[in-house]
Amino acid sequence: MTLSLETMLQLSIILPLLATMGILATGRNPNLREGVTLATAFLLLYFVISLYHGLQQGESISVHWWELLPGLNISFSIEPLGMLFALIASFLWPVTTIYAIGYMRSHEEQNQTRFYICFAVAISSVMGIAFADNLFTLFIFYEVLTLSTYPLVTHAGTEDAKKGGRIYLGILISTSILFFLLAVISTWFVAGTLDFKLGGIFDSNVNKTVAGAILVLFIFGIGKAAIMPFHRWLPAAMVAPTPVSALLHAVAVVKAGVFTVLKVCVFIFGIDLLAVLPSTQFLLYLAGASILLASLVAMRQDNLKARLAYSTVSQLGYITLGALLATSAGVMGSSMHIATHAFGKITLFFCAGAILVAAHKSKISEMRGLGRQMPITMAAFFIASLSIIGVPPTGGTWSKWYLLMGTIETEQFILMSILMLSSLLNIAYLLPIPFHAFFSGDKSSSSNGIQEAPLASLIAICITTTGCLILFIYPQPLYDLSKAILDTSLLTNSGLTSPEPANLGITNG
Amino acid sequence: MAAPLCLFLTRPRLVWLFALIVSALAFLFSSILLEQVMTSGTIIYELGGWDAPWGIEYRIDQLNAFLLLIISAISTIVLFAADTSIRKEIPEDKHTHFYTLYLLSLAAMLGIVATGDAFNIFVFLEISSLSAYALIALGKDRRALWASYQYLIMGTIGATFILIGIGLMYQMTGTLNIDDLSRRLPEVAQTRTVFTAFAFVIVGICLKLAMFPLHLWLPNSYAYAPSIVSAFFAATATKVAIYLLIRFTFSVFGLSFSFTHLPLQLLFVTLGLVGIFVASTAAIYQSNVKHLFAYSSIAQIGYMIVGFSLTSVAGLTATLLHVFNHALMKGALFLALAAVMYRIGSTQLSQFQGLGRQMPLTMAAIVVGGLSLIGVPLTVGFVSKWYLVLAVLENGWWPVAVLILLGSLLAVVYVWRIVETAYFKPALAGSETIKEAPLTFLIPIWTLVLANIYFGIDTRLSVQVAQAAAQSLFGVSP
Repeated sequence: MTLSLETMLQLSIILPLLATMGILATGRNPNLREGVTLATAFLLLYFVISLYHGLQQGESISVHWWELLPGLNISFSIEPLGMLFALIASFLWPVTTIYAIGYMRSHEEQNQTRFYICFAVAISSVMGIAFADNLFTLFIFYEVLTLSTYPLVTHAGTEDAKKGGRIYLGILISTSILFFLLAVISTWFVAGTLDFKLGGIFDSNVNKTVAGAILVLFIFGIGKAAIMPFHRWLPAAMVAPTPVSALLHAVAVVKAGVFTVLKVCVFIFGIDLLAVLPSTQFLLYLAGASILLASLVAMRQDNLKARLAYSTVSQLGYITLGALLATSAGVMGSSMHIATHAFGKITLFFCAGAILVAAHKSKISEMRGLGRQMPITMAAFFIASLSIIGVPPTGGTWSKWYLLMGTIETEQFILMSILMLSSLLNIAYLLPIPFHAFFSGDKSSSSNGIQEAPLASLIAICITTTGCLILFIYPQPLYDLSKAILDTSLLTNSGLTSPEPANLGITNG
Repeated sequence: MAAPLCLFLTRPRLVWLFALIVSALAFLFSSILLEQVMTSGTIIYELGGWDAPWGIEYRIDQLNAFLLLIISAISTIVLFAADTSIRKEIPEDKHTHFYTLYLLSLAAMLGIVATGDAFNIFVFLEISSLSAYALIALGKDRRALWASYQYLIMGTIGATFILIGIGLMYQMTGTLNIDDLSRRLPEVAQTRTVFTAFAFVIVGICLKLAMFPLHLWLPNSYAYAPSIVSAFFAATATKVAIYLLIRFTFSVFGLSFSFTHLPLQLLFVTLGLVGIFVASTAAIYQSNVKHLFAYSSIAQIGYMIVGFSLTSVAGLTATLLHVFNHALMKGALFLALAAVMYRIGSTQLSQFQGLGRQMPLTMAAIVVGGLSLIGVPLTVGFVSKWYLVLAVLENGWWPVAVLILLGSLLAVVYVWRIVETAYFKPALAGSETIKEAPLTFLIPIWTLVLANIYFGIDTRLSVQVAQAAAQSLFGVSP
C-alpha cells in the first residue's frame, strides 16, 4: 500500500474522468474500450473499499482542492453516509458495466463510445457528491451529474428520446436553478457557511420561518429525489437504454437526490432543528402523498420500465420521509433504504432489459408465461420484488423496519399507515408479474425452450440478486454505517466488521 | 493607441498582421496597467503636459484597468480569427478599410475607458460609433445597410443627449475633468440644470447600452454585421456603455445624488427585470441564431442593470463580474457563429441541423458557451449568478432573486433549441461536404471557451479586481 488515503479519495473522483480519455482512445476497438471501463470500475471499487477500511479505523480523511469563491471551497471528506453511497455506486458500476456489455452489443446500439464516456463522467460526479465536504461542492457535482446523464437519456437520438430528454433536463435544471441554488445561496447568506456539520450549521435561534422556507426550497429543489410534483422526469428518462435506467435512474441519479436530502437534513439543518421547523410536517405529508400516489400510478402502467419508474418515485418518497422524521431511526432507515432499494431496483431494471433483449417485450401484458422461457431472469425478478416490498429473506426488510420504527417513535400514525398501505400496493403491482410469468399463459405457445439474456447480462443479474439476499443475512456493515451517521464514534467502537485491531483508531483526531 | 497607419499598408495579409500585433500590444499594456493599478493605486497621465483641470488627463483606476483588459483581450482573440472570416465575407479591396475601422473602433473604446475627461469621452464615443456604423455596413447582407442606418440614428440621438448633458454640466461647473466635476457638482446639485444634465446623460448612455426599452437597434446590427464585427461588438461595445453608466452615476454625480434624489433604483431594477424577460422570450422565438444571441445579450444587460441598481458593493461587484464573464461567453459564442457562417454561409437555426456531427468542436463550443449563459456551475456564468443573487438577497429583495433565476431558465430554453437542432435533427441533404472549421477559428474559439471554464473555476483574478473596483467606487463617493 503506497497510496495514502487522501490520494485515493481524490483518485476515486478523478479516475473515472481519466478513464474517459482511455475510452475515447480505444473507441475503435470495442473489446479494449470495455476492458478500460471494467478495469477502471474495479480499480475504483478497490479505492472505495480501501477508503472504507480507513474510515473504520477512525482516520479522518479530507482533501481540500481550491477556493472557488471566497469562503467557498471545493473540498472532500469522508463520513459514513457518503461512504455508504460511494460503496453502493462503485460496487454497482462494474456490475452494470458487465450487464451493459451484454445488453448494448446484443441490442446493437449506436455511439457506444459516447455511452461509456458519459457513464464514466456520471460516476465521477456521483463520487464527488458522495464525498463532498460542503453543500457548494455537492451542488456543483449535482449539476454535472444532470448534464452528463442527458446524452445518456437521449442516447437513441429519436424524437421520443428528444422529448424525454427535454422533460428530464427541463425539470432537473429548473428545480435545481430555481429552488436548489436559491436555497444554497440563502443558506450561505443566513448561516455564513456551507460546510456539512453534524447537528446543522444554523444558529439555534435562527428565524424558524426563514429556515422552514429554506427547507421547502431544498426539498423541492432537489429534483433528483423525485418528490411529487417534480417526479415527471423519472418516467421520461426511461427512454434511455436499460443499463442507464438501471444504474443511473435506480441508483446513481435518484440516490444522489435522496442522498442530498439526507445530507441537508442531517448536516445542514440537524435533526434537532428539523423536528421543530413549521414546514417539516407539511413536507412529511407531501412525501407521504408522493409514496401513495406514485404507487397507485404504478399499478396502472403496462410498460414494465414505466411501472418500475413510478415504483422508484414511491420508494424515494420513503427515503425523504425517513430523513424528515428527524429521528435516528428515520435517518437510519433512510440510509439503509438507499442501499437496499438500490440493489432491488437495479435487479428489476436488469431483468426488464434482459426481457427486452431476449424476448423483445416491454409490455407487462405480454409477459405471461415468460417464466418458462427465462426462468433465471424471472426468479431474480421475484426476489428483487420481495426486497422492494420489504419481506424476508431480502434486504428491504431492514430498512422498512427502521422506517416504520421512526414513524411510531414520532407518533406519526397516519404516515405509518401510509407506509403499510404502500407496501400492500407494492405487492399488488410487482408480484403479479413473476406469477403470471410462471403460472399463467398458454403453455404450448412458449415451448421454444429456454432463451435467456446474454451471459454477461445474466451474470450481472445474479450478482445483484445475491446482493439483495446477502443484505438480509448479513446487514451488519450496512447497519454500522447507518448507525454511525449520527455518531461517528460508533463505527470504530463496534469493531465487528473491522479486520484491523481497534488500537489503530488512536490516530483519530 | 490609435493606428491610422493601417491605411498605408495595402496588402491585406499585412494589414491583418499589423492589426493583430497592435491589439496584442494593447492587451499586453493593459495587463501591465492592471497589475500596477492593483498594487499601487490610480495612475494619472496628463496629455500634452497640462495640469489636470485644463488639459486632458488619462486616469486609470481599477475599474478602467479592468475594462481595458477585457476589451483588448477580446479584440486580440477575435482578430486572430478575423483573417479567415473576412476573406469569405468582405470583398478583397475593402479589407484595408475593415482593419482601419476596426483599429479605430478599438482605439476609441480604449480611449473612452481610459480618459478622465467628460468631453473626451464624448469625442471617443463618436469615433467608436462612427467606425461601428461603417463596420456594420460592411456586412454581406444588404440588410446590413438598414441595420447600420438604424444604429446610426439611434446612436446619434444617444450621443447628442450625452453631449447636451455634458454641456449643461460644463455650464454649471466650468470644468470637464471627471475628478473636478465630482468635487464641484455637489455644490450645485439642487439646481434644475444639473437634474436635466443627469437625465440627458443617463438616457443617452442607456441608448448606447441597449437597455431594455432602448434596445431596438441592437439585434439587427449584430445579426447583419460581418461575423467578426458581431463577435467584437457583442463582447465589448455594451461593456463600454456599462462602464460609462457606472462612471457617471458613481464618480461624476456621486452615489447620493444619483440614487437619493431620483427614483433611479426602482426604475432600473424594473427595467432590468422586464428587459431580462422580454429579451429572453424574444430570443426563444428567433430563427436566426445571431438574432437569438443578440436578444440574449439584451437580457444579460438586464442582469448587469439589476446588479447596478442595488447600489451596494456586492451588487456592483456582481455587475462588473458579469461584464467580464459575459464578454467571455458572448465572445466565444459569436466567434463560433462566425465559424458556422464561414462553413455554411448562414446562421439560420434551420441550417444547424446535424452540425453536431459535422462540426463537433464548434458545436461543443456553442454548448459550453450556452451552459455558461445559463449559469451552470464550473462556468463563469455561475460565478456572476451567484454574486448577483447573493447581492440581491443582501438587499432583502428575494422576489427579485427568484425572478433572476427564472430568467436563467429562459436561457435554458433558447440554448436548448440550438442543441436539439444541432444534435438531434438529421443533417440537411447536400450538406455532407461540411467540415469542421479551420484552426484559425478553433484556436480563438476554444481559447475563449477554456477561459469560460477557467475563470469559472479559478475566480481569484476576476473577483478580486471586480471587488476592488467596486469598493474604490464606493470609497470615492460615500
